[in-house]
Amino acid sequence: MNQSFENIKQYIEQFEAFEKTLNGESKTPFHEIRRGAIEQFSKLGFPTAKDEEWRFTNIQPIIKTKFKTHFNKKIEAVRKEQIEKVIIKGIAETRLVFINGYYSDEYSINNITNKDIKVGCLSETLQNNFKLIRDNIAHISKYDKNVFTSLNTSFIHDGAFIFVPDDTTIEEPIYIVYISSEDQTPFITHPRNLIIVGQHSKVSVVEHFVHLSDNIYFNNAVTEIAAGENSIIEHTKLQSESAKAYHIGTTYIHQSKGSKVTQNSIMIGGAIVRNNIISILEDEGIECTLNGLSLATGQQLIDNHTTIDHSKPHCASHELYKAILDGKSKGVFNGKIYVRKDAQKTDAKQTNKTLLLSDEAAMDTKPQLEIFADDVKCTHGAAIGYIDADALFYLRSRGISEEIARDLLTYAFADDIIEKLCCEQIREYLHRILHSRLKQGRELEKL
Amino acid sequence: MLEIKNLYAAINGNEILKGINLKVNAGELHAIMGPNGSGKSTLAHVLAGRDTYDVTEGELIYNGKNLLEMQPEERAREGIFLAFQYPVEIPGVSNTYFLKAALNSIRKHRGLEEFDAVEFLLHMKQKMKLVEIDQDLLNRPVNEGFSGGEKKRNEIFQMAVLEPKLAILDETDSGLDIDALRIVADGVNKLKRPDNATIVVTHYQRLLNYIVPDFVHVLADGQIVKSGGKELAQELEVRGYDWVR
Ligand SMILES: Nc1ncnc2c1ncn2[C@@H]1O[C@H](COP(=O)(O)OP(=O)(O)O)[C@@H](O)[C@H]1O
Ligand SMILES: [Mg+2]
Repeated sequence: MNQSFENIKQYIEQFEAFEKTLNGESKTPFHEIRRGAIEQFSKLGFPTAKDEEWRFTNIQPIIKTKFKTHFNKKIEAVRKEQIEKVIIKGIAETRLVFINGYYSDEYSINNITNKDIKVGCLSETLQNNFKLIRDNIAHISKYDKNVFTSLNTSFIHDGAFIFVPDDTTIEEPIYIVYISSEDQTPFITHPRNLIIVGQHSKVSVVEHFVHLSDNIYFNNAVTEIAAGENSIIEHTKLQSESAKAYHIGTTYIHQSKGSKVTQNSIMIGGAIVRNNIISILEDEGIECTLNGLSLATGQQLIDNHTTIDHSKPHCASHELYKAILDGKSKGVFNGKIYVRKDAQKTDAKQTNKTLLLSDEAAMDTKPQLEIFADDVKCTHGAAIGYIDADALFYLRSRGISEEIARDLLTYAFADDIIEKLCCEQIREYLHRILHSRLKQGRELEKL
Repeated sequence: MLEIKNLYAAINGNEILKGINLKVNAGELHAIMGPNGSGKSTLAHVLAGRDTYDVTEGELIYNGKNLLEMQPEERAREGIFLAFQYPVEIPGVSNTYFLKAALNSIRKHRGLEEFDAVEFLLHMKQKMKLVEIDQDLLNRPVNEGFSGGEKKRNEIFQMAVLEPKLAILDETDSGLDIDALRIVADGVNKLKRPDNATIVVTHYQRLLNYIVPDFVHVLADGQIVKSGGKELAQELEVRGYDWVR
């Protein structure tokens, strides 16, 4: 038996066990989506280092690990105080909490009074909103030959489901928290979120991945966002997994005419992290903004892959990804921008900036622009460097200590992204994290 | 206050300062003039402690202390201030925040109570009037997107806020129009006290119409080739630098 089959075998077996727990549901058309996905999964197999898409990111530790899984809704006792400690407070009226991949009714809050807005968990809404979900789930993702997405789709069971009807504005952000707390380790979950936003509607969604214990686990997450015509969406993914955790996630964004989507990817936890953002701009007058901030230290590996696909004229995309790498950490950035033949007057700008705080940290960056239209404005730039010596001297020449000056400059580098986030509580949360990671953070906080 | 003895300094192995001797006492205003590339900025940076320059020989004694053993921030806390010829832009760090950090580290070093937000604001307001700088500029990140003149004015403002004992102004006059020049010069004059000293580095004698120096030194090829009173500046203006070379 070859190596690659050994590696996928555990998932095939898990799928069979999963099917048994579904009872009648395994006969429904919905389950066909899962069946198709597991087939695709076994055909694709796991990538190797030779695979261009994974050249800089060694995922052998993930592939080789035997993960435990569970398909019943039994959630071990997690105390309220534990949860309070890891979530961001005051951020939202509406909060969906998932513990080890399963929705927790106990800790979730839903204060939305408009009955046409649907905010809940996939497992419970699947029956009531069957058509809506079936028509939208795996809609864009199925075209992506990403083995981890296939794996996620095979195991779709729970996650957030958000449906905002036309002409509806939700002022407060919707806060989705994934809490990993399992003592049995290593374990795997496949969170699946579906966000459907109608025409002229506006919403902000925050996905937050946190942990209660420093375990090895694997979150294999997928989010799909369907942005209706002229909708305005802010989606923030805040990944703060345990230092031993693996996180591979893809956010698929499908944008309709005139829509404005801002996706923020804040990656601060995890041992091996791969964050994929795929934006499909399928009509005219679309704006797509991608912001990224990765903070890595120790042996962390944080890989961000983004794809923006311009297919129609008069669309704009702005992308700014930043990374701060300390210790022996490693960062990867790959930014693909496709400008199709019809996509005249495209305005695409991509910037990737990395601040290295140690000699042993390393960054691999690769912009990948494929432009088939002639009347477009596309720019890209990448910069990797240490703290700016001139700026450091300038600050020190005013009496500021070298350590504080370094931290001030590091903080400012990160804050460039943080200040773009709409939600004040998240900005504050990230400021606190930054302060706690900087050597002179306490001094900075006093300023 | 400051004594420079036989100072030699090099960058990347190129010797730039070649035996400088200079004595500056409290209450004095010295002007250092000289053609482009003569080493004026090098001298200013060496005094402020920039480590890209290697001091290969000589001594720097400041109020009885060996400057060469002090980090740039220690020098600043001891009262040395350099107004940069090319002020650095620092995106993401607001002017006010930066100045509060700077002022409090200096105050702490001097055994003074650190300013809280309100005290700091009052202190700023007072100094703002002195150098006619806009509040708007202070809320922005340090020097980012500032015009040349705004950057220079910001240097003088920082000097006013930090109240140094020895200020070194490196070509603060260059790139300024007459109005800005007058404001900058006014600032320097108002900040002059019997217990502090100023070294004005300039290329033109124009600034010296507004700031009257006690001494003028001419730097050429890394050495002070001539020293004199304020008349020397006027003579240079008439006869050009070739006269002293
Ligand atoms: N980084 C550097 N590497 C090599 N030479 C330098 C560097 N910086 C300055 N110099 C040289 O040092 C000399 C003095 O420069 P500077 O002190 O800036 O002069 P000034 O301020 O009088 O115009 C010049 O010849 C300049 O080319
Ligand atoms: Mg100069």
